[in-house]
Amino acid sequence: MNVENGIHDAHYFVPHPSRWPIVGSIGLFSLAMGAAFSMNGFVAGQWGLLFGALVIIWMLFGWFGDVVRESVAGSYGQQVDHSFRWGMSWFIFSEVMFFAAFFGALFYTRVLSVPEIGGTGFTNRLLWEGFSAHWPFATGPETTAYHTMEADGIPAINTMILLTSGATLTLAHWGLVAGNRTKLTLGLLATVLLGTLFLCFQAYEYHHAWTEMALTLNSGAYGATFYMLTGFHGMHVLVGTIMLTVMLVRVLRGHFSAEHHFGFEAAAWYWHFVDVVWLLLFVFVYVL
Amino acid sequence: MTTLAHEAHHAGHDGHHAPAGWRRWVFATNHKDIGTLYLWFSFAMFLTGGLMALGIRAELFKPGLQFWQPEFFNQLTTLHGVIMVFGAIMPAFTGLANWQLPLMLGAPDMAFARMNNWSFWLLPPAALLLLISFFVPGGAAAGGWTLYPPLSVKAGMGMDLAIFAIHLLGLSSIMGSINIVTTILNMRAPGMTLLKMPMFAWTTLITAYLLIAVAPVLAGAVTMLLTDRHFGTHFFSAAGGGDPVLFQHIFWFFGHPEVYIMALPAFGVVSQIIPTFSRKPLFGYVSMVYATCSIAVLSFMVWAHHMFMVGLPLDAQLIFMFITMLISVPTGVKVFNWVATMWQGSLTFETPMLFAIGFVCLFTVGGFSGLVLSIAPIDTQMHDGYYVVAHFHYVLVAGALFSLFGATYYWLPKWTGYMYHEGRGKFHFWWSMIFFNVTFFPMHFLGLAGMPRRIPDYALQFTDFNMIASIGAFCFGFGQLLFLYNVIHTIKGGVGKAPANPWEGAHTLEWEVPSPAPHHTWETPPDEALVRKGLRAQYLEGHDD
Ligand SMILES: [Cu+2]
Repeated sequence: MNVENGIHDAHYFVPHPSRWPIVGSIGLFSLAMGAAFSMNGFVAGQWGLLFGALVIIWMLFGWFGDVVRESVAGSYGQQVDHSFRWGMSWFIFSEVMFFAAFFGALFYTRVLSVPEIGGTGFTNRLLWEGFSAHWPFATGPETTAYHTMEADGIPAINTMILLTSGATLTLAHWGLVAGNRTKLTLGLLATVLLGTLFLCFQAYEYHHAWTEMALTLNSGAYGATFYMLTGFHGMHVLVGTIMLTVMLVRVLRGHFSAEHHFGFEAAAWYWHFVDVVWLLLFVFVYVL
Repeated sequence: MTTLAHEAHHAGHDGHHAPAGWRRWVFATNHKDIGTLYLWFSFAMFLTGGLMALGIRAELFKPGLQFWQPEFFNQLTTLHGVIMVFGAIMPAFTGLANWQLPLMLGAPDMAFARMNNWSFWLLPPAALLLLISFFVPGGAAAGGWTLYPPLSVKAGMGMDLAIFAIHLLGLSSIMGSINIVTTILNMRAPGMTLLKMPMFAWTTLITAYLLIAVAPVLAGAVTMLLTDRHFGTHFFSAAGGGDPVLFQHIFWFFGHPEVYIMALPAFGVVSQIIPTFSRKPLFGYVSMVYATCSIAVLSFMVWAHHMFMVGLPLDAQLIFMFITMLISVPTGVKVFNWVATMWQGSLTFETPMLFAIGFVCLFTVGGFSGLVLSIAPIDTQMHDGYYVVAHFHYVLVAGALFSLFGATYYWLPKWTGYMYHEGRGKFHFWWSMIFFNVTFFPMHFLGLAGMPRRIPDYALQFTDFNMIASIGAFCFGFGQLLFLYNVIHTIKGGVGKAPANPWEGAHTLEWEVPSPAPHHTWETPPDEALVRKGLRAQYLEGHDD
């Protein structure tokens, strides 16, 4: 690409008026109201949550359906394709910063606040005399005893699963570029299955932690950072798996060509991003 | 491929060329319509937040409790802050970017026109959540716009609504910013390289980048607040090994860049207006670009200057103090460049220029008081006092808001096709200028004398300056109805039709399209020769080639 002069489609595609954004806004508003009310003891709020969720699902089908139809109709020229690339890159950057907030909380807690509370200094004497700081701590100053997570076992297996899924996804991409449909389909299918397997393992891990290790959201700063980081990561794996499943359906319908397949690439970028976040999680939440 | 795209484009447009009625606004994908929505919404929020400010100033007119219970007063200060920052200033700049970027860059629309609609239409629900929060049990959030725990963890349901409103606003900001960055990086006219685009595009680009970087961080912070409130986590509670100061760190990691998110686009606006009415190219264009970029980098490294009083180690205080002072260097470069642009120019003082000059003078005052506050030992005295209130209102009202007024008068002929009434515009400027200072200048003295902020009642010795400030606030506030009148008057015909370019010193691309700008502009990119003509007039390209 000639960056300095750019690429100009003869006519940059500008979509005509659409109802999906306002539908999405109504859905999110309903979700927010529903959540706020149900969290504060108004049971009726749950209807708001349900309604909002259904509206959002409807919106996602409608909106992405429009995008797929426009893409298949060939509305998107080269310049639009570049816009999508920039847009997805910046979106992933915003996701990086979202996780940065939680990693920041983890590092701050481990490096500053726990040692401060557990030290021999003034704070310790004032707040929790006798609390000795170490990480992960199995009894917090004011929390019931719980067990902490080990890195081997499920977390290690899940690391292998995600790393393998990154490889199978790359194989699928190579298949797409080379026009090898079998390689593409099988690689993508394997990735989706590995993602699902990861989620199953994580669900089992959560269940085990909650019921047998007494590790809950209530388990001090350790439990909080553990569930917040792995939980948001798990949600991202779920979204990534759904994206890749949609891509699989689109592959089977023959939507992609060797040159024109940004939808696939966007999902792949997202998947690799989720992969990298997991590696950081594995190191800083489980191993160290 | 291209033929197909061409046909699809036309098929898409024929049926929807002039969408009418409410559908035009609710389903809008046109950057001008969405820009208009943004601007009107932000003005409505400006009046809403302004009413809250007048509620605050009415209570503070004299000591004792006159009108409000302290709890409600706290709700007013909190919501005034949240609404002005997220509802008025930020959407106004996004609205400007929406209207102006495609026109100035020679693009047919924003890069993602449908997502653009969603960025806007997430704002009214967020505003609704905030306004509803006044009527739920416990009332609206009352811990100040910074939402510090433990207060915000203990607060009532209004806090949850505020948290969800912030989520929606953040989503809107991120999508709006991705749109802006992509439009600027990918949709400039042929021949307009990055270092030849208008300064407004540069500052908007950097602003959008900052917002993509920090809006998710704020979302993370309020999410942790939410789980601390309802799901038993201990992020911000020492009872479980967490720390309330952690919230302050995360919040201000967002909060300081946020200051530049509200200031940089103002710099851009002023950098368009001053050259136009000085009839000279912008002095030091490249240094302006680098100053903008270095502000963006430095703004991530100064957050703890808001936290000199939480017990940071001395070394940390010193580091944050020195880096904060360093920011005054690029800011000084900018002020120098604006003054140098005016130097020996053929100046005329139309309303936009008056607001721009007012901006330069008063923003500099706010910058200097910021420099004073950056000095940790002085901040120890000033912290959470009225000097701080004076400081940031100089930056945000005389800074951001004045630039928005200037921008509106500057581009109103392009938007409406009519000229505004110059005399009434100037009157609006002088009225705002005088009563802004009547309102906020005495607050420096109040702060120096030790008056704390966010209190509904105060000691007797603060009465005189508070009375002056309250009178100023009411005059300033009601004076803004004049702005509303001026805008509506212009829309209805003003003092006559505006030519395509009403300003003889303006050379950017938006002045090449008719006034009012047609619904669709630059559907095919502007001719390279036309682009280069404008660039030469701005001295962005050599005169000899
Ligand atoms: Cu700051």
